[in-house]
Amino acid sequence: MVLPAATTRPRRPLAIPALVLFGIAWLVLMLLVAFSADLISPFPYTALDLRNRLAAPIGFGGPWLHPLGTDELGRDVLSRLIVSIRLSLLIAFGATLIGAFVGTSLGFLAAHFRGWVEHLVLALVDFSASLPFLILALSVLAFFGNSLTLFIVLLGFHAWERYARIARGLAISAGAQGYAAAVRQLGASPWRIYGRHVLPNIASTLIVSMTLAFPEIILLESGLSFLGLGVQPPATSLGNMVGYGREYLTRAPWILLAPAFIIVLTTFSVSLIGDWLRDRLDPTLR
Amino acid sequence: MTAPLLEAKGLVRRYVMRRGVFGRTVPVEAVAGVSLDLRVGETLGLVGESGCGKSTAGRLVLGLETPDEGSVRFDGAPMPEPGTDAWRKLRARMQLVFQDPLGALDRRITIGEQIAEPLVIHATPGDHAARVAELLTSVGLREEQASRYPHELSGGQRQRAVLARALATEPALIVADEPISALDVSIQAQVMNLLADIQARRGTALLFISHDLRVVRQVSHRVAVMYLGKIVEEGDPDGVLQEPAHPYAQALVSAIPAPGRQGKRIVLQGDPPSPADRPTGCAFHPRCAVAVAMCREVSPALKPRASDGRLVACHLVHGDAVSLKVAA
Repeated sequence: MVLPAATTRPRRPLAIPALVLFGIAWLVLMLLVAFSADLISPFPYTALDLRNRLAAPIGFGGPWLHPLGTDELGRDVLSRLIVSIRLSLLIAFGATLIGAFVGTSLGFLAAHFRGWVEHLVLALVDFSASLPFLILALSVLAFFGNSLTLFIVLLGFHAWERYARIARGLAISAGAQGYAAAVRQLGASPWRIYGRHVLPNIASTLIVSMTLAFPEIILLESGLSFLGLGVQPPATSLGNMVGYGREYLTRAPWILLAPAFIIVLTTFSVSLIGDWLRDRLDPTLR
Repeated sequence: MTAPLLEAKGLVRRYVMRRGVFGRTVPVEAVAGVSLDLRVGETLGLVGESGCGKSTAGRLVLGLETPDEGSVRFDGAPMPEPGTDAWRKLRARMQLVFQDPLGALDRRITIGEQIAEPLVIHATPGDHAARVAELLTSVGLREEQASRYPHELSGGQRQRAVLARALATEPALIVADEPISALDVSIQAQVMNLLADIQARRGTALLFISHDLRVVRQVSHRVAVMYLGKIVEEGDPDGVLQEPAHPYAQALVSAIPAPGRQGKRIVLQGDPPSPADRPTGCAFHPRCAVAVAMCREVSPALKPRASDGRLVACHLVHGDAVSLKVAA
């Protein structure tokens, strides 16, 4: 609905805390790096420089040629890092969104239809919560082979049951009494009730859940890559780099520390932004 | 007389209650055979103590819940199944006003958008913004309050906003479920006048659910008294609320505080019985001061009294039972 401009009151200007600004800046930087990976990486990420194997970064006695040093095969760590950021962000964002979408949809279905649909969803939730995800991932990857798409979808199913539980519980309580019941008795279709009313109202909880799942997925990706089930060499991801860099932890810690630093800062930024978004989305806290 | 707009016959609604963790499930009859009808432009007041099934009866006649027995006819046609397209279309013609206005409003959406929502849902033609402004004015809110969020309004203003939303599609029937019990007295009067005003202008039928007997008497054309899921007395408000015939209605009316009133207040013995174990015969007999042996055995039917045709469900009133009065 469009209201005449005269009736809208001026809102308080947008004040973003410094820490959140940092988080946004960092994520924007990461996204820029991801999108321009092919342009800005100084070397191809598989290029070997055998004369400069395990070279230290600049400032630790390394050559200027490789700013972040090289790994055991003489591959440039900076170039590998840039390519890894692209792949890891794709996996983490993709999997988080898939999980949130699948979980929320199933939760809403359970809340709307109740009865056997709800029992089925809850049985799936319990099944998913009780089965160690690593075993599920191992068997899926063993049977269906490994492709990037399959890997992202698989990781998306890592935390879907959390969203399903949250969405179902909150939708039921909204429907039993309150705004959803009120809108339902106005004659609104289920699409409208869940899309326009319930989803925005529970979005804050879901967003917090997503910011928790995001770092978990990055770590899970690292774990699976380390086991050799995730991103397959020569392709590289942050977790993959941490995993293989572990062997050179004492001799060349920069191989491991550079991607670890990126993981920490990125997950931290996502949490900061998520927390801030939750507050911004709630008009009662404005 | 025209045909009734709303006709409910023998409505029964059972819920299942579990006693203890491993206990048996016990059916609870929240509404145990309620029949009521409502004509265009008429107000029916539904009174009774907490938990007697007033609100459930309101939800049943609106078709928000399906009765386990009995039927509801609206405008001559049976109520469609909840959730169907026909049911959704019918929502434009019947509306519910909630007791808790903050709970009934979506706190993330502005008042204006929420009032416009029924217009959007039912694809009402015309300028929605103008209609919202008109509705806001008609319930005594200012036009610029359309851009406010629910938490920015006071309780009375929220209830007006809920009312404006209910009126948006010009419904033929409004069920007001304790619409004023959360408001303070001065706002109560305003909201009541507003309802009466709208009814006079548009001929809306109103089912007014309340436990405030004075307000009910003021607004209703007819009053029905409910006890434990059944209507025990029904008639014109002055008659029922001045000279109640049913012993329960008498006790209820005597509880209205009135300065300088003669006669003593009837204090009922015992707690209201649970609908889970409904007493045999007349549900009221364990607390009734004038109950006779027959009241324990036979459930009295709601039928017109011989003298003036008022509907009462009591053996003694109809003279069915030999008056073996127990000392009061």
